[in-house]
Amino acid sequence: MKFNYYGFKAIYVHEMNRFLRTVGQSLLSPLISTSLYFVVFGSVIGGYIQKIDGVSYGSYIVPGLLMLTLLTQSISNTSFGIFFPKFNGTIIEILAAPISTLETVVAFVGAGATKTLIVGAVIYTTATFFADVSVKYPMLMIFLLVLVSFTFALFGFLIGVVSKDFEQMSIIPSLVITPMVFLGGSLYSLDMLPPFWQTVSYFNPVVYLIDGLRFSFYGISDFNIWISVFSMMSFLVICVIAVSILLKKGYNIKS
Amino acid sequence: MTEIQIIINDLSKVYDNGFNALKKVNLNVKQGEILALLGPNGAGKTTLISIICGIVTPSSGTVTVDGFDIIKDYRQTRSRIGMVPQELNLENFETVFDTVSYSRGLYGKSPKPEYIKKILKELSLWDKKDLRLRQLSGGMKRRVLIAKALSHEPKILFLDEPTAGVDVELRQEMWKVVDSLRKTGVTIILTTHYIEEAETIADRVGVINQGEIILVEEKKELLKKMGQKTLTIELQERIEEIPNSLEKYNLNIGDNKMHLNYTYSLKEKQTGITNLLQDLKDAGLKLRDLKTEQSNLEKIFVNLVKENNEI
Repeated sequence: MKFNYYGFKAIYVHEMNRFLRTVGQSLLSPLISTSLYFVVFGSVIGGYIQKIDGVSYGSYIVPGLLMLTLLTQSISNTSFGIFFPKFNGTIIEILAAPISTLETVVAFVGAGATKTLIVGAVIYTTATFFADVSVKYPMLMIFLLVLVSFTFALFGFLIGVVSKDFEQMSIIPSLVITPMVFLGGSLYSLDMLPPFWQTVSYFNPVVYLIDGLRFSFYGISDFNIWISVFSMMSFLVICVIAVSILLKKGYNIKS
Repeated sequence: MTEIQIIINDLSKVYDNGFNALKKVNLNVKQGEILALLGPNGAGKTTLISIICGIVTPSSGTVTVDGFDIIKDYRQTRSRIGMVPQELNLENFETVFDTVSYSRGLYGKSPKPEYIKKILKELSLWDKKDLRLRQLSGGMKRRVLIAKALSHEPKILFLDEPTAGVDVELRQEMWKVVDSLRKTGVTIILTTHYIEEAETIADRVGVINQGEIILVEEKKELLKKMGQKTLTIELQERIEEIPNSLEKYNLNIGDNKMHLNYTYSLKEKQTGITNLLQDLKDAGLKLRDLKTEQSNLEKIFVNLVKENNEI
């Protein structure tokens, strides 16, 4: 047995089933919260805001809100996915199975990313009801969405491995990711900021992700698209290295 | 000749907190046997099992299963092994059938619903196959864990305290399950606190204490020792040496020279006690009291652990 196909499939399907069991929580809750953003910011407030780079405000915020959902969902999917078996002790079954660490990680992250992309597709469809959404570069958009989903699912896996309790699990998504997305130009263009805060924003990696995604939608951007792709790839590599090192040591999982 | 299936060689484990759970353990497990590992809490039983199953990484030493190394050839060794953990850890919201099928997949086996059906029936779980695990009693959960461990048709089954916290009736049912597995040729290694359990179902018994195996013996040999009784004869006067007329009884003199000990077997038709008492009287020895004591596995075990702790 060189590749444990059935083992890989078992974890993947098991994770997807968990998603389906909790469809209300997994799908409805991001759907409702994003719809509220569209209604409040897009339709109500957006009516008073002038076009940005020729795009109406309601349309302008779609990529940013999509990114917000993708990041929070992919992180929470996999962090809970690996944290639960660790918490309730069922992880030992995976540890004792003839499945490699790589197969396990890819199965968890693959399932997490798939769930995120499903939620992303639903959010995108919902957005079309609230705003004029056009995609100038569809292949680039799909590439970025898949890349972001996998990368942050892997980051979520890392959080799930490192966390020792539920509090630690929620700290990074709520105290780091959400502010970074909100301050990363999801609801505004960086040009609107005073020069000092513009400079500060350059250090926020999420800025480049949102900017890249917005470029794939409307062809407008503050930065070169390659900066976005490069920063995403770099983060992916960092996560891969961190997960490999931690799991090799059995950190928090295997003594 | 029975083939050796598991070879444990100088296996040691020191945890990160410095606790030395196993100290150069050597043990061979024969194919098709039931080996019971007895030992007090913290003796290293679970660590030993966990290393063989791949849950804990050994600090040094090697383990081979059917000639395959547990680290290097982990896919070969783990696919041969099923494990029933001590804790009742299950995903509460999954159904019985799904969780058993999941385990089979995890071990790299293609789906085989008819086999899952067979083991669920054998474990009296078939009528509960669609129930969620949180709806099951503790005993039923234990059975689900056994079903999960058997789902991939393992050649070796580890049972870590299978009957801990289980009522007498269910315990006996577990023993029946283990017995039926033995008939299919599965090698079984179980850890237990209950000496009675080892006495009932094991072929061999290993005693582990403070990370060391202090005894591994065929149960038959142990039972022989268990069948022996000792008659302690308290005398009214000190005795320096055993009279010639009593030599045939292989008596020995107790520490304070006020006792004589006579060992006999209940399995013999005649224990020789009547003759001994007559001969004692003829030899002019005056008796004060008589006491008999039976050695059982529990006593052997307690003494072994005590001796080992004193060293």
